[in-house]
Amino acid sequence: MTKQKSESDLFRQITQGPGLVSVLGVFVALLIGGLLIAATDSKVAETAGYLFARPSDFFSAVWAAGTDSYIALFNGAIYNSSQGFKPFLETLTVATPLICAGLGVALSFRAGLFNIGAQGQIIIGAVMAGYVGFAWHLPVGLHLLLVVIFGLIGGALWGGLVGLLKAKTGAHEVILTIMFNYVALYLIDYLMNTEAFRRPGETNPISPILDASAVFPSLPGSNLHLGFVMAILLTLAVAWILKRSTIGFEFRAVGHNPEAAKTAGVNVARTTILVMALAGALAGAAGVAQVAGTEKVLTNGIAGSLGFDAITVALLGRSTPWGTFFAGLLFGAFQAGAVNMQIATGTPIDIVLVVQSLIVLFIAAPPLVKTIFGLNPKKKRAATSEPVKAGAK
Amino acid sequence: MKLELRGISKAFGSFYANKNIDLTVDDAQIHCLLGENGAGKSTLMNVLYGLYQPTEGQILLDGKPVEFSGPGDAMAAGIGMVHQHFMLIPVFTVAENIALGAEATKAGGVLDLAVTRKKIREISDRYNFDVDPDALVEDLPVGVQQRVEIIKALVRDARVLILDEPTAVLTPQETDELLEIMRQLKANGTSIVFISHKLREVRAVSDVITVIRRGQVIDSVSPESSTTELANLMVGRAVELNLYKEAAAPGQATLQVRDLSVVNAAGTTTLDAVSFDIHQGEILAVAGVQGNGQTELTEAILGTQPVTAGSVKLEGTELVGKSVKQVLRSGVGFVPEDRSVHGLVTQFTIEENLVLDLYDRAPFGKGISMNLGAVKKNATQQIADFDIRTDNQLNPASSLSGGNQQKVVMARELSRDLKLFIASQPTRGVDVGSIEFLHRRIVAERDKGTPVMIVSTELDEVMELADRIAVLYKGRINGIVPGDTSREVLGLMMAGASAEEAFAQAEYAKSDNEPVEAKPVPVEHQEGEAQ
Repeated sequence: MTKQKSESDLFRQITQGPGLVSVLGVFVALLIGGLLIAATDSKVAETAGYLFARPSDFFSAVWAAGTDSYIALFNGAIYNSSQGFKPFLETLTVATPLICAGLGVALSFRAGLFNIGAQGQIIIGAVMAGYVGFAWHLPVGLHLLLVVIFGLIGGALWGGLVGLLKAKTGAHEVILTIMFNYVALYLIDYLMNTEAFRRPGETNPISPILDASAVFPSLPGSNLHLGFVMAILLTLAVAWILKRSTIGFEFRAVGHNPEAAKTAGVNVARTTILVMALAGALAGAAGVAQVAGTEKVLTNGIAGSLGFDAITVALLGRSTPWGTFFAGLLFGAFQAGAVNMQIATGTPIDIVLVVQSLIVLFIAAPPLVKTIFGLNPKKKRAATSEPVKAGAK
Repeated sequence: MKLELRGISKAFGSFYANKNIDLTVDDAQIHCLLGENGAGKSTLMNVLYGLYQPTEGQILLDGKPVEFSGPGDAMAAGIGMVHQHFMLIPVFTVAENIALGAEATKAGGVLDLAVTRKKIREISDRYNFDVDPDALVEDLPVGVQQRVEIIKALVRDARVLILDEPTAVLTPQETDELLEIMRQLKANGTSIVFISHKLREVRAVSDVITVIRRGQVIDSVSPESSTTELANLMVGRAVELNLYKEAAAPGQATLQVRDLSVVNAAGTTTLDAVSFDIHQGEILAVAGVQGNGQTELTEAILGTQPVTAGSVKLEGTELVGKSVKQVLRSGVGFVPEDRSVHGLVTQFTIEENLVLDLYDRAPFGKGISMNLGAVKKNATQQIADFDIRTDNQLNPASSLSGGNQQKVVMARELSRDLKLFIASQPTRGVDVGSIEFLHRRIVAERDKGTPVMIVSTELDEVMELADRIAVLYKGRINGIVPGDTSREVLGLMMAGASAEEAFAQAEYAKSDNEPVEAKPVPVEHQEGEAQ
């Protein structure tokens, strides 16, 4: 009982701790990332050879390596003099599915469910949305609407099924979602090799291109599509659900204290199913954004690593809707800028992944960041109580 | 050993849990620390036991200043502590538990339990503890577990024993036995610091009573002081100790429980064919030692516990088989026994907790949307109504004291029209001032004509509130007796006697042994209890 309690406290601390830890975590991760960039830089290696003769050369090389890379990252993600703010539009495009799936993960975190099944939910959402998009031929407007709806339903089914199994059999959602990810992964592999899905005359696992009526309209001259607006609307919706709806009240009550929720008449099993279905629908929306926005075809790699990045995004956003939104933007910027960073400075793209991973590390271990910045309450108290003691003799 | 605390202060940030406390416990003295929950008794004892470092002040043992950096130091100096929550490992035997942390070893580090066993037998014999060193702790009754804790301290040569709220978990008879043990320990020269807020026990056993309020020593008084005097000192104002209530005017029996049985997951029958009625405008108190089916009874009525047989009819409607929500909607108000686990979502705001089971009903919820304005307004009103002490209703419920948390639960459950009100341990861990308030509210609900069921392991509370008393023992109702039944009879029933047996035995004890003094004499009841 107490063990269970402390486990759920830990879960909450990691998923819903103070936002400051996120900000500091990003900061430290960027700093370490900068050092790693410097360590792999040829100029730095060269100057290290005569470090003791002219240390200033070494340190300025380190500084230059770090700043140059981050400036290139910024240029590729937000603004550069030749393209203006066009890179920022790319950031928004990349961020769209991250935000949607991140919201799903965040919502389930708030209900106390460690849902790591966004990957599978995205895949199933994308499969259903994609199929409607290329196999059906419907009028403009209606077609896109159905693509979106089927994408949401696909994700909701995949997530809801996990909720159902957990509620009815007591199986743990972590195991369930992991296995459902695998099932989805191999299911799409299989489907992409069936006649229904594979593009005629094609041997590679790639579907026909979606109808023009089935894809999100995009901003001329960029990849940014209407899916981003969908992401904003979903953020607003999740914020409303959590703060102002009875089901959100139930989600949060179950997330914090299922025993009290049960005593207050909340049907915990039903709530679990509902949360997982909604979380799945949000991940399904990410699948829609991929298939009907960015890619416009269905492939077996449609979900990339989105489902796992979504967990990071939700963690970084402290499982709040707007926190997740901005965390999604940040990760979008990293991914959009990484390409430019590699081209401009030769810094490997993997460094960005390292930075992302470090962010997770720092968030998952809040005491680490707190210790680095001296925010640990225990230490603080000791520091303040000591002078008092000394004064008392 | 003589223990002196001089000018002890303990500050947490700017908050002083203890301020300038002077306390002297003489050799072979039972010194009681009396105070409400949160008055700073436990903090003071934790300072004494080395768990906290005092911000200011000095501890002296036999006149010599000492400093403890941890419980190890305190133990080495001869201070032992029995915590309110036992620090025992259930799957270990008594001897293993007692050896733990100070294991006697043979050559090569092999555990030598024989030495420990011998010591336990010695102590057990000297004080009539009746503790088997080889029994598993989880198989022992709570009262015996407590003795194991005491032995643990004595084995380590404790000369000063701190007992933190030791009677909270005991039956009246076990309590009497403990008081007797305390007297024996005293006779053998052990000093005892006895922490309690129960006036009856404190007066029965103490040599000196020191009253603590808001972290400060208010006064040291003799045990001859009246309970009213002590309560007033403790709370800091005049307290009405005896609840004034009109005689009940029972109406129809609208709650009818018949043959209600619960079998738990392990296959044990925890509630065995329980039947009773509660009338409108009547308080039925369910007494009994904790763990005799009280939790199962209330949860079976609410619907969080699966019922294996029987029926619960409220105004003719069957409640068994309905969902918790349906039961609550049919007019049941429910105060669970453990507020922090079942009664509150402590991370939620006070506002949210005040609608925890009302959030989807008018005026708070309509469809799936919630009216946050109504939630806010409700909170403002309930906080004023129940005198819930907080500076902001948006604070989390965890920021409230136990008494105020309980007021939140009670306010919420009484804020709607009820056909049945069930309150389990309505004042557990609540300060005396709030107890009075909560009791009045319960009686007020009765006077509105609601059938009320109170489940309490505190006999004082049962006797205070009840119009009728049902005693639960091992999942069965031993008998339902009038509200003015004596403590002795109830105590015997709580230990398993039927109502007739208990009355007869209490009568016999009274005629056989004219009470010499007010102190309860436990010996006569022991036969009844052993069964």
